[in-house]
Amino acid sequence: MHIDLRTVSIKPLRQTFDHVARRIGADKPASRYQEGSFDLQATTNFHYRPTWDPDHKLFDASRSAIRMADWYAFRDPRQFYYGAYTLARAKQQDAAEANFDFVESRQLADALPDELKAQALALLLPLRHVAWGGNTNNAAICAYGYGTTFTQPCIFHALDHLGIAQYLTRIGLLFGDTEALAEAKRAWLEDERWQGLRRYVEDSFVIKDPFELYVAQNVALDGLLYALVYETLVDDVLATRGGTTLALLTQFMTEWFAETRKWVDATLKTAAAESAENKAQLEKWLRLWGERAAAALLPIARIVPDLDSDAVMSDVVQQFNARLAKAGLSL
Amino acid sequence: MDMQATKKKLNLKEKYRAMTRDLDWNPSYQKLEDIYPYASYEGVKIHDWEKWEDPFRLTMDAYWKYQAEKERKLYAIIDAYAQNNGHLNVTDARYLNAIKILLTGVTPLEYMAHRGFAHAGRQFPGAGPRVACLMQSLDEIRHAQTQIHSLSNYNKFYNGFHEFTHMFERVWFLSVSRSFFDDAVSAGPFEFIVSIGFSFEYVLTNLLFVPFVSGAAYNGDMGTMTFGFSAQSDEARHMTLGLEAIKFILEQDPANVPIVQRWIDKWTWRGYRVLTLVAMMMDYMLPKRIMSWKEAWEVYFEENGGALFKDLARYGIRPPKWLDQIAQDKDHISHQAWCTFYNYALAANFHTWIPSEEEMDWLARKYPNSFDKYYRPRLEYWREQAAQGNRFYNKTLPMLCQTCQIPMLFTEPGDPTKICYREADYKGEKYHFCSDGCKEIFENEPEKYIQAWLPVHQVYQGNCFPEGTDPTAEGFDPLAAVLRYYHLESGRDNLDFEGSEDQRNFAAWRGQATTNA
Amino acid sequence: MSTVFIALQANEDARPIIEAICADNPHAVLNEAPGMVKIDAEGRLVVRRSSIEERLGRAFDLQELQVNLITLSGHIDETEDEFTLSWNA
Repeated sequence: MHIDLRTVSIKPLRQTFDHVARRIGADKPASRYQEGSFDLQATTNFHYRPTWDPDHKLFDASRSAIRMADWYAFRDPRQFYYGAYTLARAKQQDAAEANFDFVESRQLADALPDELKAQALALLLPLRHVAWGGNTNNAAICAYGYGTTFTQPCIFHALDHLGIAQYLTRIGLLFGDTEALAEAKRAWLEDERWQGLRRYVEDSFVIKDPFELYVAQNVALDGLLYALVYETLVDDVLATRGGTTLALLTQFMTEWFAETRKWVDATLKTAAAESAENKAQLEKWLRLWGERAAAALLPIARIVPDLDSDAVMSDVVQQFNARLAKAGLSL
Repeated sequence: MDMQATKKKLNLKEKYRAMTRDLDWNPSYQKLEDIYPYASYEGVKIHDWEKWEDPFRLTMDAYWKYQAEKERKLYAIIDAYAQNNGHLNVTDARYLNAIKILLTGVTPLEYMAHRGFAHAGRQFPGAGPRVACLMQSLDEIRHAQTQIHSLSNYNKFYNGFHEFTHMFERVWFLSVSRSFFDDAVSAGPFEFIVSIGFSFEYVLTNLLFVPFVSGAAYNGDMGTMTFGFSAQSDEARHMTLGLEAIKFILEQDPANVPIVQRWIDKWTWRGYRVLTLVAMMMDYMLPKRIMSWKEAWEVYFEENGGALFKDLARYGIRPPKWLDQIAQDKDHISHQAWCTFYNYALAANFHTWIPSEEEMDWLARKYPNSFDKYYRPRLEYWREQAAQGNRFYNKTLPMLCQTCQIPMLFTEPGDPTKICYREADYKGEKYHFCSDGCKEIFENEPEKYIQAWLPVHQVYQGNCFPEGTDPTAEGFDPLAAVLRYYHLESGRDNLDFEGSEDQRNFAAWRGQATTNA
Repeated sequence: MSTVFIALQANEDARPIIEAICADNPHAVLNEAPGMVKIDAEGRLVVRRSSIEERLGRAFDLQELQVNLITLSGHIDETEDEFTLSWNA
């Protein structure tokens, strides 16, 4: 028997789960982000020490030098839980698909000047491997970080990096073919101008502190790389030289950077505001990794000819520092 | 050069390769063993990661597209279900107790799987399995969250759901499922992927999310049906990953065979023990039944698992140990578990009850060799006692198995009237087990299992009282203090279903919905 | 021969897929349960894109199976045209 129950108004016994109510108050319903994130990670009464890291508990805040009274002070301003995240990305992927279709069906890639196409391939295709590194590192932050509101966005971020590596692969296959991918990989492995960046990425793979890794990958490297490559070299420089098609195909990356930056900034701000020690620690890491990333990116900026690369890079660094200042960090 | 002319169209497999493992490279600035420090200590030998076969070839664009479609459907149903007071459409309020176990005992495991696969996905030196693991990590947080979101509305109206994360880390019977997963995640990445891919996905979730969830649908719970089926479609990918992982490891080196064999033995038994809860949920907690636990076990484990073991025989893998005992037990474990929870209903966050006469007849038909002979008389006796005002609540604490952490409720193989006890000495201490399987698992890794946070031991050691409790105070009630530590609201979350607030509210609300009174 | 199976949600989207599978696998057995349809087949089961497209009247990507799939068993082989489940023994 089906009963039409719409007309019945009954008063709920409680608005949300108690652990959520302890954070937001018991008098109002919680959002899906809150119910799907707060206190999901176990914090106590662990059964066994990990055989792969017996000095720590399975989840252990002491894996990081950053200290938080409450790791759930971190919030994702996008309020991404899986459903919200997936729907947002599906929408962006729809737009990306339409852009690729547009370029493919009108054979716009063929219409690009060969020189510009070659520059685009040289600049973008080795970044497939950088994005793969971003995937690896965010998996690590998610695995070894503490507290769901800090770690959850990192799995999204990890798979986003994979998606970006795949969009870059598609650009490579559209402008060239598998040979172009192989050539870019060779450049990544051997070409002098990519070695600073490759060293940076490989060095980041052995960082143990999940928050330091967050700074090295999500703040320093991505903060400078996306601003330089997608916002500046593609959207400002190459686009005005006849490469609007290219800008169309990297739209996902530009929008993604604008969106994820808000989350990265919020995370930094929360950690820095917690204590002077955190702030000092973050600034130390930022100096170390920020300087290295800027130095590694300079030869990449030089791939685009007829450009004052040093000035472009120094602009990007300045904007980056201004961004950090807003998060309460001075370099 | 004319690119169009030379370009060759890549097939699905080639395209996927370019989109995944071709992204990886051999590092030269850091050593492989520093980048992947956990890849060798388990003794598994991998010679060529390139031999890994990707089972499903989903690139991120397709992943986002299809998963978003699933999410849209799922949340539309969750919203509609909540707006229409769909909870009043379930067959009867006893059913809700099954999903209380699901939320407190299984949902946190989905979260653990999410973190565990992030770890495994970071640690495998091969790009193929890394991508698959990370996608699974992402799926698993989906499962945790869709379960929480689907059951959130039940929490607003019924008891027992309200502290699921807190209880998962403390309540005695929840340490069964928690320790199972802690065991897997604290193992190395190879054992983890075998244990979860095989034991959790292939055996456990297939039984929970297919026959149990079909039962949920039969009992009018559209919310649970939708997230269950929707989650299991991801599990199809996960099972395939687990299966590929096992095949890949076995093909890499003959020395891996005994290692994998030990894991298959161990994790079949570990998973099977955790399934005791699902057995009880299927046989006792679904008011309308479609399939007994025993029948589900036969289809999804004996038949399906049997096909898998036959398939693996070519690598020298034999079926898991203790299958003969498992085959005997399927007539008993759901009843034995229900009887135990009926006893310990004071300290659990869900209600228990004596099945109706009609339900007992159904159980008798489904379990002709065991129910009438061993369990019906027990249940009838308790019913009689309850009718006289002596509803029995056991106020002592049970002895737990050191490995699976289930109370000693299982019986000797071949004698369902005798509780099975095993023990082992290790470094001057005595450890207790429910079975040969659990004892052998302990003996293979005693240093791991002596660490177990056994809820009963912890209570007796005074570690399960709220902060500031003074156990020497006059009139100190240890059980009440433990329930406070659990955040269990005594009188609302626990005890018999008969007379519970859930029962009263459901009846009143449904009355409002079906009459004009 | 061992049995492979695929289970799909019992809904409108899955109906043409189920029809196509049954037509392409005459040895398959269809089992209906609340909310789901389980198709068992000895040894091997093939899902063909062309058969589904014929019934749908539109292009179908086999990866769309994900949306209404519940579970399956057997080794998977996936190409653009066919999705196959099988056991080796």
